[in-house]
This record gives sequence, structure tokens and C-alpha cells, in this order.
Amino acid sequence: MTPLTLTADATGPSRARRTAWVPTLVLILGALYCLIPIAWVIIAATKDRSELFSTFSFAPGTGFFDNLSDLTNYRDGIYWQWMANSAFYAGFGALLSAAVSAAGGYALGRYSFRGREAIFKMILAGVLVPGIVLAVPQYLLLSKMGLADSYWSMLLPSILSPYGVYLVRIYAAASVPTELMEAARMDGASEWRIFSRIAVPMMMPGLITVFLFQFVGIWNNFLLPYVMLADDTKFPITLGLYTLLAQGASQPALYTLVITGCLLAILPLIALFLVIQRFWSLDLLSGSIKS
Amino acid sequence: MTSAPLKGSDRIEVGPLADGTGTDPSVRPSSTRRRGRSAPYWFLVPTLTLFAAFTVVPIGYAVWLSLHKVQVKGIGLGKGARSEVWNGFGNYADVLNNSEFGHSVLRAFGYGLIVIPTMLGLALVFALMLDTPKARSAPFARLMIFLPYAVPGIIAALMWGFLYLPAVSPFYYLLDKFGLPEPDLFNGGNLYLSFANIAVWGGTGFNMIVIYTALRAIPQEIYEAARIDGASNVRIALSVKIPIVMPSLVLTFFFSVIATLQVFTEPMALKPLTNNLQSTWSPLMAIYDSAFLKSDIYGASATAVVLALATFVLSFTLLRISDRYTREDRA
Repeated sequence: MTPLTLTADATGPSRARRTAWVPTLVLILGALYCLIPIAWVIIAATKDRSELFSTFSFAPGTGFFDNLSDLTNYRDGIYWQWMANSAFYAGFGALLSAAVSAAGGYALGRYSFRGREAIFKMILAGVLVPGIVLAVPQYLLLSKMGLADSYWSMLLPSILSPYGVYLVRIYAAASVPTELMEAARMDGASEWRIFSRIAVPMMMPGLITVFLFQFVGIWNNFLLPYVMLADDTKFPITLGLYTLLAQGASQPALYTLVITGCLLAILPLIALFLVIQRFWSLDLLSGSIKS
Repeated sequence: MTSAPLKGSDRIEVGPLADGTGTDPSVRPSSTRRRGRSAPYWFLVPTLTLFAAFTVVPIGYAVWLSLHKVQVKGIGLGKGARSEVWNGFGNYADVLNNSEFGHSVLRAFGYGLIVIPTMLGLALVFALMLDTPKARSAPFARLMIFLPYAVPGIIAALMWGFLYLPAVSPFYYLLDKFGLPEPDLFNGGNLYLSFANIAVWGGTGFNMIVIYTALRAIPQEIYEAARIDGASNVRIALSVKIPIVMPSLVLTFFFSVIATLQVFTEPMALKPLTNNLQSTWSPLMAIYDSAFLKSDIYGASATAVVLALATFVLSFTLLRISDRYTREDRA
């Protein structure tokens, strides 16, 4: 349907120096489509209740600070508790995940040993298991151990990332030279020391990628907390906002809270993206590494 | 359960995404065998422990549950009045006869038929446009199109949900001003489009980046050779670029199909805004519904196992097909 649009760029060298208008236009339209909901939520968060339903959506309102204080006062600041919970689940979970993936991926990428391919494929197969196939029995098993509806029930199932192990395996194979490992062995370094002092620093960009992926993954997760948690003081922001909307469906008065809450919930991740994209290589993102 | 994906992961490694995975020629068994023979196993202990505890055991438990049912003695009060008894494939028979689950699977397929071609088509177009040398504002557009990936699915769905609500939506405001007909986005077939739009919005950027990365890996000499042969940019896109990024397209297609079968967040988020949405709309919602709302963990487990098996069979088939395709392509 599309590459035809490249024609703008397809004529001789005389036009080659000029802007290719069709691709530029297509890209700008795509960027606009992606920005519409975000622009809307930014503007809608500035409106008070009556303005939300009466004025044009893209006309700014006057109630942002009232919305902010309403949200903060809502049930003694439970919204900020949700944000703190999300930060904890995502930050701590992603840190543990990167550590586990580092060790596992390094072992799979830098050693040859009996069962290596079988273990690797088994872990990758974990990607295919539908979330709820795991979440229901995980919930039942954790509740037998008295851990359901606890911080553990959110944290523990999020640590292992098959994709993280896969990424580190590729990264370790591409970035930690065998010669260096051999030299360290000659000098009498233990395998653990080689891993912690040589391999981990060399794999750092890969590990940061795993951390970021898991951070975003856990922050955005909805199914796991929805199944695991009942006590709303332990909710992450996704589940918290969802319950707020579910109540708000019968009370449109809560709409402004949900909208302001949505805006504040996406700001940290957008900020994180804008900061890291400067040094976050696209190759890492999609798991391919140029040697 | 491992046999299907065993082959599957092999196939995934085909293509530009897996640079460096292949055979690891630099790993020399002789050196590791001498010392630290047990080291890799120690490094794998945390991974394998977590994998056993949070994947293998739960799957085993789900299979066990799916083959059992609860038997109530007497009036079902007191300790020991309810016991789990063997039910064989009874729960599976119920799942396969349960039209509600069947309908949820069909709905997921219908949704996937809209989402996957649109999302991957757009991702491919944007990736090709980004790869056009003279396109202005490409870095800006790349970042903006990728930005929705940072927005949690549930929040994306909530935001779009408001944009679908006539009372607050800018689109309805404009439609009203110009006296145009106002569609009900929460009804019937429109519901599919509403969900699909949210998924396309959230997923296009990520797939675009995967395809774009593959495009960037193509050596420039290939283009020069094609230009010397007199190929236009369109011709290069169709005959050189698209075939080369095909493995990436297959990969993104594969993950999109799996994600489609597991659609949960978008319908859950829009449910509070409309009365037109059953609590069993998608397969995952049907499983959640029977496990936690109807408290039938045995039936829910059987349904979950059926869904997992269907995912494996589908993945296996897709990878087989794509493998044949890529092999022919290489020949």
C-alpha cells in the first residue's frame, strides 16, 4: 500500500538533494497520531470538572492545581502510594532481573557445557506461555504459602525474564572475548571473579537494556497485580488507576482524578525515555549487536 | 510442552536479530573443561530456580488441577466435606463444549485480523520512510512514534477510552460542530476497531524499531549496486529492502499473534465505560472470569492449558511456514 510514496524521492540526482516530502509527511502524520492522546491528556488534566464536559477538548482549562490537590487528597494520598509501589516493583524487580539474567545469560553465552542448548531453549519457551496460564496457578501456589496479596507476590514472578537471558547471552557472546577470560584464568582468577570483575563491566550496556526492558515491563504490567493483589495500598499505579476508573464510571466526578492521574503516571516513563534515548542504542533495543 | 518451542527458538535466531548467537565458535570446550567445569551451572542456579518455581511448577499444578474436580460431601460444610477427585478429561470436554470460550477465541481472532496487518503494515511503512535519506524530521518522528511504548497499556486504553466518549472527546466535539454523524465506538463491530486502534497505537513504534534496525544493517553497497542497475527507490524498497527485513517481519508477526491471543488489557480498561462488553470477551478474560469470579479453578486451569497448547501449536506451525519461506528465499 505504501512504498509507492517513495516516488517523491525516486527521480534523478537533480532532485536527490531536496527534501523527500512524501516520507516526511507520512512520518509527521505518524508522529501526530502517536501524540494525540498524550496531548489530550495533558490538556484535559488542566480542566476542572465542569470545563471537562463543556469546553473544547484542546482548549486548556484552569483547574490543574485543584486537580492535583484533589488527587493528592483522595483517600489520604493513596495515589502517591501507588506510584511508590510501582517504583519499588519496577526498580527492585528490574535490578534483580538484570542480575539473574547477567549470570544466566553469561553462562549460556560464554561456556559450553552439557545441556546448554536444552536449558536455553527451555527458558526461551517460557516466552510462549500465556501470562494467565502462569498467573492463576502462581496465585494459588503463593496463597498456599501465605504470600498472595503481598509485595512478594508481585516481585518474585517478575524477576525471571526469558528475554533478558536471551539478550545477555547474545551480548556476552559478542562482547566478552574468550582470550581475556583465558588470560584471567592464567593469572589465577576464579570463575566468579572473571564474571564479576571482567564480564559484568563489559556487558554493562546489555545489562542496562535488560534493566530498562524489565522496568518498563513491570511498570506497565496489569494482569499480574490484577490477579495477585486485593489490598489497594499495595497496588501499582496501573491497577490503582483502573480501580479508580471502575468507581468513576458511576461517578463522572472522578474523571478529572483519573485523567490527572494518567498524566502523572506516564510522565516519569516518558522522561526516562527522553533521557535514555540519547545513549540507548537502537541495536541493543531490538537485540541485534554489530560486531 | 518443550518440544514445540525447542525448534521454535532455533528459527527465531535466523535473521539480523540474532547476530552473534549462532554457534559461538570462540567458546573452546577444552579450556573450560580444565577448570571451573561446574561454574556455568552455578551461574545458572538463580535462573533455573526461578524458572522451576514460577514456570514449571505452576504449569504442572495447572495441568494437575485441570484433571481434577471438587467433590462435595453432604451439605458441603466442615473440614473434609470438599475433596479434590480425579476427573480425567472431563474439564477439557467442558471447555471444548463451552461456546463462551469458543466465542472469546473467535473474537480474539477477529481482533487480530484487524490489528496485525495494520500494525505491521504501518511499522514497515514508517521504517522504510525513516530509512529514506532525504526525509526531514526523521529522528523526531522516530521518537514520537516509539513513545507510546512507554505508556502502560492500561493507561493507553483509559486515555483512548476518554477519546471515544462523546461527552469529552475532541473528535465528537468536531463532528457535532460540523453536524456530522457520530458513531458509537462502544458498540458491536466498532468495539473491535476501538480496541484495535489502542493496540496499533501502542505497538507500531516497537515493531517499527525492530524493522528499522534490520534495515540499517543492510550494507550500502547493495543499494549502490541496485542503483547502477537502474533500480528506482520504490523498486529498491520492494525488491531489496522488504525481502531482507522479512525475518524481522516474521518475528514481529509471530509475537503479535501470541499477543493477540492474550489480549486482556484493552477490553478490561474499556469495560467500565460501556455495558456492551461481556466479562468473557477475550480468552484471558474468560479464564479470569471462571477462576476468580465463578471460583472454578479446575475448569479455568483446563481452559488455560487448552489456550497454552493452542499457542504452542500455532507458534510451531507459523515457525515451520516461515522457515520454509526463508529457506526458499535464500536458495
